[in-house]
Formats: sequence, structure tokens, C-alpha cells
Amino acid sequence: MSEQRIVGVIGAGSFGTALANLIAENHHVLLYIRRKENLERITTQRVSHGQALHERVTPIVDLKQMAEQCTILFPTVPSAFFRDTILQMVPYLRPDHVMIHGTKGFHINVSDEDKADEIRELGRGSIQTMSELIRQETPVVRVGCISGPNLASELAHLQPAGTVIASHFDEVIKEGRAVLRSHRFQVFASNDLIGVELAGALKNIIAIASGALSGLELGDNARALLITKSLGELIRIGAVLGADQKTFLGMAGIGDIIATASSKHSRNFTVGYRMAKGESLEQILATSDEVAEGINTVEIVKLIADYYKVRVPIIQMIYRVLFDQLPVAEAVKSLMKYPFDKDVDFID
Amino acid sequence: MSAEEKRYDPILPNITDWPIYQLSSHRYEFIHEVTEASLAKCLEVIQDRATLIEELQRTLYQERIRLSEKPWKADPEDEKDYWGFVKSELFRISSLGDEPDQQKEVALELMRSIISRYSNEIAGNFDPEIYEFAKIAIPFGFSRLLKTSFGLRFKQRLSASFSIKDRFSFEGDIETIRELGKKHTLVILPTHSSNVDSAVIGWAIQDIGLPAFIYGAGLNLFGVKLVAYFINRLGAYKVDRRKKNMFYLETLYQHSTLALHKGVHSLFFPGGTRSRSGEIERKLKLGLLGTAMDAQYLNFLNAKEGEEAKKIIVIPVTLNYHFVLEAQSLINEHLKITGKELYIAERDELSTSLKILNFVRKFLTKSSKVSVHFAPCMDLFGNRVDANGVSYDKRGKELNIEQYFISQGQLKEDPQRNSEYVKLLGDIVEQKFLEYNVVFSSHLVAFVAFTLLRKRFKKQDIYSFLRTPKEDRLIPYQDFVEACERVRTAIFALNEQSKIKIAPHLKDDIQEVIAHGLRNIGIYHNKRVLLRNKQGDISTEDLKLLYFYHNRLEGYQLAQYV
Repeated sequence: MSEQRIVGVIGAGSFGTALANLIAENHHVLLYIRRKENLERITTQRVSHGQALHERVTPIVDLKQMAEQCTILFPTVPSAFFRDTILQMVPYLRPDHVMIHGTKGFHINVSDEDKADEIRELGRGSIQTMSELIRQETPVVRVGCISGPNLASELAHLQPAGTVIASHFDEVIKEGRAVLRSHRFQVFASNDLIGVELAGALKNIIAIASGALSGLELGDNARALLITKSLGELIRIGAVLGADQKTFLGMAGIGDIIATASSKHSRNFTVGYRMAKGESLEQILATSDEVAEGINTVEIVKLIADYYKVRVPIIQMIYRVLFDQLPVAEAVKSLMKYPFDKDVDFID
Repeated sequence: MSAEEKRYDPILPNITDWPIYQLSSHRYEFIHEVTEASLAKCLEVIQDRATLIEELQRTLYQERIRLSEKPWKADPEDEKDYWGFVKSELFRISSLGDEPDQQKEVALELMRSIISRYSNEIAGNFDPEIYEFAKIAIPFGFSRLLKTSFGLRFKQRLSASFSIKDRFSFEGDIETIRELGKKHTLVILPTHSSNVDSAVIGWAIQDIGLPAFIYGAGLNLFGVKLVAYFINRLGAYKVDRRKKNMFYLETLYQHSTLALHKGVHSLFFPGGTRSRSGEIERKLKLGLLGTAMDAQYLNFLNAKEGEEAKKIIVIPVTLNYHFVLEAQSLINEHLKITGKELYIAERDELSTSLKILNFVRKFLTKSSKVSVHFAPCMDLFGNRVDANGVSYDKRGKELNIEQYFISQGQLKEDPQRNSEYVKLLGDIVEQKFLEYNVVFSSHLVAFVAFTLLRKRFKKQDIYSFLRTPKEDRLIPYQDFVEACERVRTAIFALNEQSKIKIAPHLKDDIQEVIAHGLRNIGIYHNKRVLLRNKQGDISTEDLKLLYFYHNRLEGYQLAQYV
């Protein structure tokens, strides 16, 4: 085991908690509870999101303490709260901090005059990945991300898994690996930070669509058709945003798609599944206690595709199902009529 | 504040206190230090005897090709003899195959000899007397040149009170630069579009009271005796682009790193060469910026207890002209490169003293304003730095930049980390170049005219477009005025958002701005870049040149307004 450190995990959602427990097998962990009202309960019961906390995990609500005690931090808060949380921490962050996030979503970076809900198209300059947001808002430069098939519930049950850690800095990968690696957790490396972030975020779209197919009980052939063709769309979108195509074939892309596109443990899969069963998006959102990043991602990716004129018929259809009340069955029917031509047309 | 109204005293009145003087007066020790550091760095990469011998053989091979295929006047006279010696030593080394220890010893000695030779060649030889002389003589010489050319173009009559300074507009926070120059190490990074840039920036540095900077000058320039004599004594060190072997590159790198570590202010042109396309540089050569990063690390590593480590302060500078003397050859080279021509002949426009004098004379007689805009001082991580050298993050919080080099509580060397920092710095400098680019009337008219014509023939590729016949290049004046107004409005909006700078004359009435632009654009060239014909329409005699001048406003998404 490597030298014991104190590691900060920011966000005690199901993934944050699972990650904290995983790290705690080798190190001490400070787990930041974003909703302060939950601190007492989590501290006394030592349970967060249904997961018992490892003895080396200490729940806290003090970001200053975390920044002072930890030089390596893992933010895992949903993208919608990411910026606010980071901004609260900014006064305590230093250039010697290493930040490796696990948030699979985007931040829309628009000025106040340009209200986000009035935007019709999004260029590269208007969206940020979480690492870009950290770079923009904080003095932290050494950033990275983890992404891959890491369903929180399975991690919590101590089942074996793997992830990819991406950063431009070898040092970040090395440190992150040293902290995460265990007998049940494989950690792969990549320097394609943007690619890994995009693959992780974009794959949630497929999870929603796959959930919808399951909801309609359309079978495995249909799912395979969906996954294969929509992977092509994700790669095309990734390419215009600066990702390396190969990254989509690794843990953060295919790896994560295989896990989430067929798992009822996936929040995004569940959204699609419930929609196919007739629930509206509002109903689903009102009864979910955790954020399905994919919903927001579909909206953003649709705008990006419009801006860059990328052909993404499946994503367009998922958008219409989510936001234009198009019934899932109708969407499937239209897509089956779509004149797809070549088999592999998305990779060089 | 505009610097032209103000005279600046030297920040260090006594030349002997200048870092460059200190370096030069300990030249021998410095060369030795560079040699030792380069040796050590090379040996970190070369781990065994066989690789060392291989590297020596590769170096000999490349150097012999250089000597036979690309000899320069500036090459030392004993160059052939020396590489003959290296060859015989390599024979000796191979004959020592049975005695590995001795073989390694001889190989190491040979490597030291090569690096020491390079180190001696690179080092400059700053001479305070020559510097003082040049400071007075060069402006005087310029004035003489101007007087002799008086009347060459009666339209450009020079007033009796002419001084070189009238030509320049210095902008930026010069007081902060001066303050920082006293305690910290400055790295000035100008945009590069013309051979006169070194002189312009050298003049600016001197004029705002900073001590002389060192800068890398192409070894080819040292082939011109007059130039060699001066630049070698004014702070230049030699850079030979033909030498690409590992020993040379490492020695050059260490020379710059150690000079910066010793607090010697340095000037780099991060674009590497002049911008061939006329665009603001957007692909920077990061090598020399890397030396600044390494020097900053050394400053922290070697800081004495209780003493503040010197900071390397980065100052991007944009240089803007209404015309670039070499525009014609630069744009031709650019087109050859983008046209994927295999071999680009390196043009040497300044191969004799006479050509240089002629060049300078033309520059001074034909030129209108030259803008030198200093971007705000920053550290190597792009953080704002105040006059005391304190860094601040975007939210105004004080930063200890030593922490960038700290890993898990320890100051640690990490070349990969530093190279990432350098890439980020490159991105920041590119951004600053765009933000501090100063728009002149000539840039505006060139941009608008070219884009109007380009849109008319948008189906053609750029190469066929540039051959568009003269009769198809006419732009109705009214269309031109309207497009200029729209683009100018967009430029003003960018200026409001601090994304570009504008010259004061750009705010005049649009008709005047256009007239000013037409009058000033590329006035040196034989063909008129832009003109109004008898019918009042806008036309160009040289589309390639127009393309060149238009490119200065590339990168701002302005074409949509044309």
C-alpha cells in the first residue's frame, strides 16, 4: 500500500460516497457534505446514500478545512451545483492542489444577457467541461477526471471495477492512481482529458435511449442497433469539441456505455425507461432524489450539433422525446425509417 | 498612459549594475556553467556508452552535412578542422572497443568538447561602451539617413523637429514594468512581422529606461560584419537554426535558462520567425518559454533562506505597422508553405550592410506610426503581477507561485509538468497577442476589401482566388464604406470587451478613417495594395499583399460583418 494520505472527496452523492469508501481502503478521507443539514445524520448514522461509511471516512461541511488538510481533491457534485461548490472553495484553493473530478456533465458558460434558456445554438466557447471550469475559476492547474463504468451501487457492494483517469499532467495521473488503485479497482491512464470528459458525459444520452427501448421491451437487437449507431453520433460530436476518437473506444466510452445502457442501476437509463412507460419528464424529475446528468446533456448536445451542423438523428430524436413530448414509440418508428447508409462512418 | 510624452530615466543608472553586464563580465565562468549544466542534462537522457557514441556519431554526421551543404559566412574558420578532429576522435573511440571504461572516458571528453564549443559560440559579449555609443549613434545615424533621403518623396517631407520617437507610440503600464525590472527578471515577448522588430523593441526597451536585454539572433546575421560587430556587443547571443543535434539544442536551452536564472532580462520572439501570413502569431514556439519556466524553478530551488526568489515576469508586446517592408516575400513564402511546396528557399533579404542600411532608410522614410503595446505584466502562469512582484489570481487573491512547483508539500522538479505549464503559457500569450493587437485604419480597409472580394469568389480556393484578374477586383465605394462601418462597429464592441485595442485614429469619421487607411497601407510596395480609381471604386494592384494585410485581423470572427 502506498503512503497514507488525507484525500478530499467533494460531494456525498451515491458516487461520491462510493468513491470515498473506495479511497478509504488505503487512505483517510474527508467527505464534504454539500447539504449541511445532512451532516449530523450522516455523522451519527455513518450512512450516506444507503452506503455505510468506511471507518476512515470523516464527513465534514468545512471546505477550508478540506483545502488545508488535503492536497488531492475529488469533486463529484452534479454539474448543476459544480460551479457554486467550487466557488465556495476558491478562497482556500492553491496552485499545489490536485483536483480530479468525477462529474459527467457540462457547464454552460454564457453571460447574463444571454439567458441560457434562450440560446438556440452552442459553440465550443459556450460550454465548459468540469476541468475547464476548475481551470477558469480557481488557481488549480493540475486537474484531471475519472470516468468509466463505475455504477455507484456496484462499487458500494465491493464488486470489481475499473476506471480511466485522464489529465495532461502525468503527475496527476500518478497521484490519482496511487490513491484509487486497489485489489478491486483497476485504474487506466489517458492524456486525452477532454476526450474522457466528453465520452463520460455524452454516453449518458445513450443510457437514456437504451432505457427507453427497454421500457418498450424492444429487445437486444434494437439495443445493439441503438448503441452502435449512437456511438457514432457521440464520436462525431466529440470530434468537433476536440476529443480524440480513440478515447470513445476505451473505459470512458464503450466501457461506460456497456454498463449504463443495460443497467437499471443507472439513473439515466431509468429516466428513459420510465418515459417509455408513459411518465412525463416533470413527473420523473419530481420523484428522483439524484440528478440524471443525461437530461441536461441531451439539451446541450442538441445545441452543439445545431451550431456545428453535425448529423445526429438519434440525439435529435431523444431531444424531441424529452422536451417536445414525442412518444418514444413514434421516435423509434421515425428512426427506423431514417436513411442511414454506411456502417462505420464515424472513425478514421 | 502614452509614453511618448514622457522621458524615462534608466532604472539602473550605472551600467555595471546591469544583469547583462554582470553576465558579460563573468563570461568565462558563465560559459563553463552552461557547459556543465548541458552536459548533466544530456547525460540524464543518454544513459549508456553505446547511446553516447551513437549520439556523437549522429552529431558529426549532421554537422558535416551542414558544412558541405549550408555553409555560412558566420561559421568559424576552424569549423572544418574541428569536425575533422571529432571524426578522428570517434575513430579512436571505436578502436577502444575492448576497453569500455577508456572508451567511455574519451567519448565523454569529446562530448564535453563539443558542448563547450557550442557554449562559447552561443554566448554574447555585451560591451557597455558600444552600448552607450549605439544609443547615441544609431538615432543620429537614422536622422542622417533620413536627411539624405529627404526629397525622395516630396509628399513625405519631414519636419525639422523630427525625432525617431515621433514614429513610435508606446502604450502599456510602463511604470510597473520599470519597477519590476529593478527586482525581478523580465521576459519580453513581441509579435514578429518584420526585420525591424528587433530594432523597434530594442529602442523601446532603452527608451523606457530598462537595461539591455539579451536575445537570440540568427547566426546568419553575424555574417554581416557591421551587424555582427554591434549586435554581439548589444546583448545578442547566437542561434544557429541549422544545428538540430541534441548537444546544441541543450546548450542553447541551458544558456537561456541560466541567464534568466541569473536575472538577465531576455527578449524572445515566441512566433519563432516573422509571421509569414501577416496574422498575429497563433502557433508559438515554446522552447524558449520553457527556459523561463526552468529558470523560475531554479530561482525557487536556489533561493537563500529568508530571501525572496526572483520572479520571471512575462510581458507580451504587440508591434503594429501600417506596412511591413518584407510583406511581399513573406506572403509568397506563406503561400508556398500552405500550398505544400516541398522546399522553401530561405530568403536572406539582409545579406549585406548596404541592404540593411537601405532597409532601415526605407523603414524610416516611408513609415507612419509604429505601435508598441505592452500587455500587463504577468507571471509564468498568466496571473497578474503588481509592481512589487506579487501575483494575484483572477479574484484578486494573492498567490504564492512557488506552489505550482510543489507536489505533496515538496518542491519537486518535473519536466513533464513544466512542459504542460509552458503549453498553457503559450495559450495565454497567444490570447494576449490577440487582445493587445492594435487595429490601424490600414488593417481595417485591408480586411474589409479582401473579405468583400473573397466572398464574391468564395467557391474558388485561395490560390486561384489570388489570381483574380484586375477587372474583377473592383469594389463599389459605397459598399466598401458600409462594410467598413459595420466591421469597425464590431471592432469597437470587441474593444469594449477588452478583446482588441484600437489606434486613436480609428475613431475618426469613417470617410477619414478609410482615406487614412488607403493612404498608409503598404506605402512602400511598388504596387498599391489598395486605391480608389478614377471612378471612385476601391481596387487593388496586388491581391497577395492585400491578403497579407487583411490577415492581421484574422481570429476575431469579423468576416461575418462584411
